[in-house]
Amino acid sequence: MTDQTDARALLDASGVAKSFGAVRALTDASLSVNAGEVVALMGANGAGKSTFVKILTGALRPDRGRVLIRGQEARVGSPAEARASGLVPVYQEPSLIPDLTVAENLRLTDTPVDPFRAYVDDLGIANLRLGALIHSLPLATLRIFDLARALASDPDVLLLDEMTAALPTDLVERVLKVVRARADAGSGVIYISHRFTEISALCDRAVVLRDGRTVGDLAIEEGVEDRVVELMLGARIDLGRRAGLAHAEARTGTPRLKVRNLAAAPKLTDVSFDLHPGEVLGVVALEGQGQDELFDVLSGFRRATGGTLEVDGTPESFGHPADAIARGLTFVPGDRAHALLAERSVRENIALPFAARIRNWGPLKLRHERDRVAHAIEKLQIDTRAQGEVRRLSGGNQQKVTIGRWLATGVETLLLFDPTRGIDVRTKRQIYPLVRELAANRSAVLFYTSELEEVPLACDRAVVIFNGRTVAEIDASEADEQTLMRAAYGLAEEGAA
Amino acid sequence: MSSAPDTQDHTPPLVRVGRFLGDNPMIPLLVLLAALIGVLEIMRPGIVSPFWAGNTIKFAIPLAMLAACQMLTMLTAGIDLSAAVVATVAGFVVATVSPLHGDGAGIAVALLAAAAVGLVNGFGVGVARVHPLIMTLGTGLIATGCLQVYQRLVIATGSDIPDMLEWLGTGRTAGLPNGLFLFVPFAAIILLGLRFTGFGRLLFALGSNEHAAKLSGTRSWQVYIALYLLSALIAGITGLLYVGMIRAPSLSLANPLLLPSVAAAVIGGTSIFGGRGSYAGAIVGALILTVLGTLLTLLQMPEGARRILFGAIILAVTALYVRFTESR
Repeated sequence: MTDQTDARALLDASGVAKSFGAVRALTDASLSVNAGEVVALMGANGAGKSTFVKILTGALRPDRGRVLIRGQEARVGSPAEARASGLVPVYQEPSLIPDLTVAENLRLTDTPVDPFRAYVDDLGIANLRLGALIHSLPLATLRIFDLARALASDPDVLLLDEMTAALPTDLVERVLKVVRARADAGSGVIYISHRFTEISALCDRAVVLRDGRTVGDLAIEEGVEDRVVELMLGARIDLGRRAGLAHAEARTGTPRLKVRNLAAAPKLTDVSFDLHPGEVLGVVALEGQGQDELFDVLSGFRRATGGTLEVDGTPESFGHPADAIARGLTFVPGDRAHALLAERSVRENIALPFAARIRNWGPLKLRHERDRVAHAIEKLQIDTRAQGEVRRLSGGNQQKVTIGRWLATGVETLLLFDPTRGIDVRTKRQIYPLVRELAANRSAVLFYTSELEEVPLACDRAVVIFNGRTVAEIDASEADEQTLMRAAYGLAEEGAA
Repeated sequence: MSSAPDTQDHTPPLVRVGRFLGDNPMIPLLVLLAALIGVLEIMRPGIVSPFWAGNTIKFAIPLAMLAACQMLTMLTAGIDLSAAVVATVAGFVVATVSPLHGDGAGIAVALLAAAAVGLVNGFGVGVARVHPLIMTLGTGLIATGCLQVYQRLVIATGSDIPDMLEWLGTGRTAGLPNGLFLFVPFAAIILLGLRFTGFGRLLFALGSNEHAAKLSGTRSWQVYIALYLLSALIAGITGLLYVGMIRAPSLSLANPLLLPSVAAAVIGGTSIFGGRGSYAGAIVGALILTVLGTLLTLLQMPEGARRILFGAIILAVTALYVRFTESR
């Protein structure tokens, strides 16, 4: 079953390593796909999955290791060469050019039209118009076209990367059926997904990556989910790490945020939770489960398409971040580049919200500003003078500036989106107590993190979002990584969608 | 990247010079200005005199004021191509309304017309999200057209320029042009306003990262409307001063100042991509261009050759300056 040197192997990648500067993204990744097989590639955030995919598809060159397709060293210097050598990828974002028609896009990749038309038909899209402009078509249709185009080019190995995310259920079923048929006809398929239901319905094997290496190659059978989750987490059991949370007092009274059935099409479908003053509520989700949309709605960047949001008992719908800020909801986005004025001083960055409203357009209250900024810098232990340009700071210090901005204005509700992504351990350790301190001072904090081990360190509770809906609510005392990971994969209870 | 303070020993001298100039961008500009004046004195010994200086300043003032329009809008990655036309409109209107309704009314109507263009610009850029280049180009053309229609209506009125504006535009006090009575407070307001007001902060913020400004609660359309209104009012005031200086209202009064005003802002270190610039630089930029103009006139070249040289020098100066101050 797991014989990697099998003569039938259509694709055989072994010992693949790749570093970016000092960061070792992959150390020893392997994967083989035989004819007629669908292999799931799995791994938690940061396991090296996307780097591995980029190497398989030729977007990156490996430092070590080799990728054989049909026993031939694949000359995958570019995606075009990978395609020519027989491996065709389909991503979550369709790789179709928006300003060209369907037919023109097919011509770009030399895709024969008739098989394409047949596959589109099989996949359940009626009345295909080859002359339609790509940007005029709905996303779900484009995903199907992208898949049909890949199938029509008659690939040896098909790589599907999260392509069923946010597709309607009936389309997902057809996709699974068509892909299975393709494998049965002798192709190999690499299937990347977070959904165990799809994987157990479709795949023959699951290959698990962790910390840049392949740690498991399992046959899909009853109970394999638990084994996969275990492998993804590894043996990193370090107990007693919880910094003794001041246990949140009884969560009675009006919640600061009351979210009910919140939806933001297409990804966020049904999220509900309460966030009380004095509480840090973790949000746990795999990539792309609707958490970005949730934070966008709460921070005023996008309007909800359904459900309700109440702030201190009053229904709200924010049309602009200024509305959210007026109600005390302040947002620290995951991407620092979105939040900072790189070429301006730390001081100006922290003081930016002071000037936002028209009545503050006049002369600055310099002393007030200096005091507030100095307070925030001290509180966060930002290594800098206030005059220094933000772009000259380290990533960790930059992140502190984006948080410090709201400390300086006074925090009621802080929306933290993956605040520790890509920053050093020392800074991370400074951020957790800070979050706890905010809660101790009756602020409410919503804390999304892609690193599960942070949940018990910083949060009182966590809600888990899977496939756009809340699937579990877990108390910090039970929020070990295994529980969270299972919930994040939708495995928690009696099989949530 | 590294924030270690002891990196000086490894940096090559040229980079260090570049870094120093990057931190003090006014120095190369002042050096260039001094060099141009030096060349002028060598070419025509004795020309540089207090009287000449006063004259140069007098002609640099309207340019420096229009450069403020460009610099302020460029801070948000915009531009105001209607500025010169607005100045022309203001100058023409004041000269034709004043004889009928008095100087005060003339000035008020002129500034109202300017403000109207500014509001349309601000609405287009801030609310309809039209690119500033297109928006102000369009309103500039429309304003020119309106001015032509207006001229036909008032053709019989004749024109007269308010005494106050003539005094401001042409008079001298203690050898210095009276325009400075307008310009010095104006420049002070812009310089201090950019540093010490919330509005000034927001201009830099919008140009550096509009998303970050939004995240912090800034409604950018409000800033854009206020900005383009301000720019148009500055242009209008410039027109009033300029018509007092030229004393002959015409349909293209201040229009030739448009491209030099953009050039002055850019030479002065304002980035057209937003987020970086200073008004002090733009003022020196205006002086440099004025001196350069004198220099080229003295060369007694044909008009065409003069323009070619003018353009080439602007390009060279800007390229060098940007290279020097941004190579980090």
